[in-house]
Amino acid sequence: MKLHEYQSKRLFHEHGIPIPEGEVAQSPAAAELIARDLGGTVVVKAQVQVGGRGKAGGVKVAQDAAQARQYTAEILGMCIGGLLVEQVLIDRGADIQQEIYLAITTDRGAGKPLIMASMEGGMDIEALNRDRPEAIIREHVDPILGLQSYQMTYIASAMGLARVHWRAFGRILRGLYECYHQRDAELAEINPLVITGAGDLLAVDGKVIIDDNALYRQSALAELRDHSSEPESERLAREAGITYIKLDGQIGCMVNGAGLAMTTMDMTKLYGESDGIGPANFLDIGGGASPAQVAAALRIILSDTAVKCVLLNIFGGITRCDEVADGILTAYAEVQPRVPMVIRLQGTNAAEGKQIINQAQLPNLLSAETLTEASQRAVAAVKEQM
Amino acid sequence: MAILVDRSARVIVQGITGRQGGFHAKLMMAYGTNVLGGVTPGKGGSYFEGKPVFDTVRRAVQVTAADVSLITVPAPFAADAIMEAADAGLRLVICLSEHIPVADMMKALAFCRARGVRLLGPNCPGIMTPGQAKVGIIPAMVADAGNIGVVSKSGTLTYEVGFAMKNAGLGVSTIVGIGGDPVIGTTFVDVLEMFEQDPQTEKVALLGEIGGSAEIVAADYIQSSMSKPVAAFIAGLSAPPGKRMGHAGAIVDGGEGSAEEKIAALRAAGALVAANPEAIPSLLA
Repeated sequence: MKLHEYQSKRLFHEHGIPIPEGEVAQSPAAAELIARDLGGTVVVKAQVQVGGRGKAGGVKVAQDAAQARQYTAEILGMCIGGLLVEQVLIDRGADIQQEIYLAITTDRGAGKPLIMASMEGGMDIEALNRDRPEAIIREHVDPILGLQSYQMTYIASAMGLARVHWRAFGRILRGLYECYHQRDAELAEINPLVITGAGDLLAVDGKVIIDDNALYRQSALAELRDHSSEPESERLAREAGITYIKLDGQIGCMVNGAGLAMTTMDMTKLYGESDGIGPANFLDIGGGASPAQVAAALRIILSDTAVKCVLLNIFGGITRCDEVADGILTAYAEVQPRVPMVIRLQGTNAAEGKQIINQAQLPNLLSAETLTEASQRAVAAVKEQM
Repeated sequence: MAILVDRSARVIVQGITGRQGGFHAKLMMAYGTNVLGGVTPGKGGSYFEGKPVFDTVRRAVQVTAADVSLITVPAPFAADAIMEAADAGLRLVICLSEHIPVADMMKALAFCRARGVRLLGPNCPGIMTPGQAKVGIIPAMVADAGNIGVVSKSGTLTYEVGFAMKNAGLGVSTIVGIGGDPVIGTTFVDVLEMFEQDPQTEKVALLGEIGGSAEIVAADYIQSSMSKPVAAFIAGLSAPPGKRMGHAGAIVDGGEGSAEEKIAALRAAGALVAANPEAIPSLLA
C-alpha cells in the first residue's frame, strides 16, 4: 500500500526525522491560510501517488500566500498520471544547498533490508542506478541484528558526506530504519534529503510503501488507504477475498492461482492479439474457492461492459471443480450472463464438475479440455461478435 | 534418486489439526508419504489419524526422528513455526502459508541459514517425487515417475504443465514449487543445481513469472553450469506494469522483472522457451 507524500513525511517525523513545516489543503482558501501562517516562500505540491509530479506541473514554489492560493487553484483538479489531484501539501520553502538520496528497501534476492544512499539526490534514482550505479552506496542490514552504528559511519563516509553532518545523518538513517522496520515498510525513501544553507538536514520529499501482508498489525496505517485510486470493481473483489485487476481486453478470465491466472491471460493474448483480442482482467479466485466466491467473481467480471466472453480455467488442487461448478450455476441464476462462457475444469473432482455443468444445460456455455482449446474457443467467441 | 524428498523422508506436519493441514496430511499419507505425526501447540498427547500430535516441534523430533516438516499454519504464526522447525534440527522445512509479512520472512530465513536448514517456500505448493512421496498440496494425479525435473514459482501452473507432460507420456523425477513470494528460502538456482547433480533427472522444466530477477539469475546458471536441457515458460507477458498480480512477488516496476526480459535471458542461455505452457512437453520429448 502506497502512502501519500504528506503521510510518509508525518511517519518520518514520528521517527525523529526533521521535515519541513507544512499542512494539507483541499481548497485554495485553505492553502492561503496555511501559507500565511508559515510565512515567506512555500511549496505547493500535488498529493497523488504517481511519479513525475514536478514535470506535470504539480509542484510549484509560491513567493507569498496569494500566490499559494493561485497555484493551489491551478493544481487542484489536475490529472497527473491518470489520477485526479484532490489535495495539495503546502510546505515551508527550504534553502537547498545539496540534495541527498536515502532509502531502505527489501532486497528480494538477498532476503535482507538494503540501504541505498547517494550524494546525487533529487533526480531520477532509476536513471542514476542505470547510468552510474557506482554513485549509489549500498549496504545490507542483518534482519536479525538490525542497523549497526558502524554501518551508518560507513555509509556517510563512503558517500562523501562532510563530517560535520554525520551525526545528523546518523540520526535520520536510524529513524528511517526504525520506520521501515516498525511500520512493515517495503520501501522508505527520502528524496531529496536536503542540506540547507543553515547546515541542517531536512527530508523534503518522501515515499513509503507498506507491505500489504502486514496491514493486519498496522491498523493505524491500514486506515490511510486511499480508495480514490482504486476502481470500484477492484475494491469489491478485495472485500470478497478475490484478487481482480481490470485490463482493457474483451475476455473476462476467472482462474484459480496467480501464476495460472497470468498464464490464462497470456494465452488469450497469444491467440487473440492478431485480431486485437486480449484479456479483460486478471482474476484469481484463490485456493479452495467457495460457490459464493465464484458467483462474486462472475458478477465482478461481467460488470465490465467490454467483456465479450468469459473464460473460466480451473485446475483443481485445493479447489474442487464440483464446488466451482455449483458456484457457476448459482452465479448464472443470479447474473444471467449476456455473453458466452468457456468452461475448462481439470484436476480435483473435474468429472463431477463437468457433470454438474452438463446436466444444467445452460445456454451459451462452451466447454474445453485443455487450456489451449479453451483460449482458442474464447478468442473465436469474441471474433464472432466483432 | 530424485531430489529433496523420497520414500525415506520422515515427515511431520505443523498445523496438522487445522482444516488445511489435516486434509492434506491425509492425502499425503494416502500417497505413501511417511507422515509420522504433527504439531499443534496445546493439543499434544492427542492423535490425528492414528499419528501422535505434539505441542512442540522439538518434542516431535525427539520422539519420531522426523527430518522434514510441512508448515500449514496461518500467516501471523508462520515465521515463528519456521524458526521453531529450524531450531529443532530438521533437514528440510516446507512452508505453504500465504501472506506472511516480508519482515517476518527475512528474519526466519536468516535464522534458517544460520542453522544450515533448507527452507522451501513460503507460499508454495510443496514438493512431490512421483511414486515415492509428496509433501504439500500438489495433486497426485498431475505427474507419474520419470526423468524430468520441474521447478516452479506457481502452484496451479505447475499442475497444468505436469498434467500436460503426463498426457504426453512424460514422467517427472521431482516437482519443486519454490513459491511466488518476494523472499523465499530456496531459489531456482538452488533447485537447478540439485537437478544437475541428480542422476534420475535428465531434463528440466522451469516455470517462472514476472517480478524480481530470479529467472535472470537462473539463466546465468543455465548458461554457465548446466549440461541438462531446460525448457521454460514465463507467465505475465500480458500483465500491465506496476500492478501486483496476485503473488506478492509478481509485480513489474520500471522495466525490472518483465516477462520479455526473462524470456530473452533464458533464450540467450540456451533454454527452450514456450509461448504456451502446454507446448512444454513437445520441447522436452
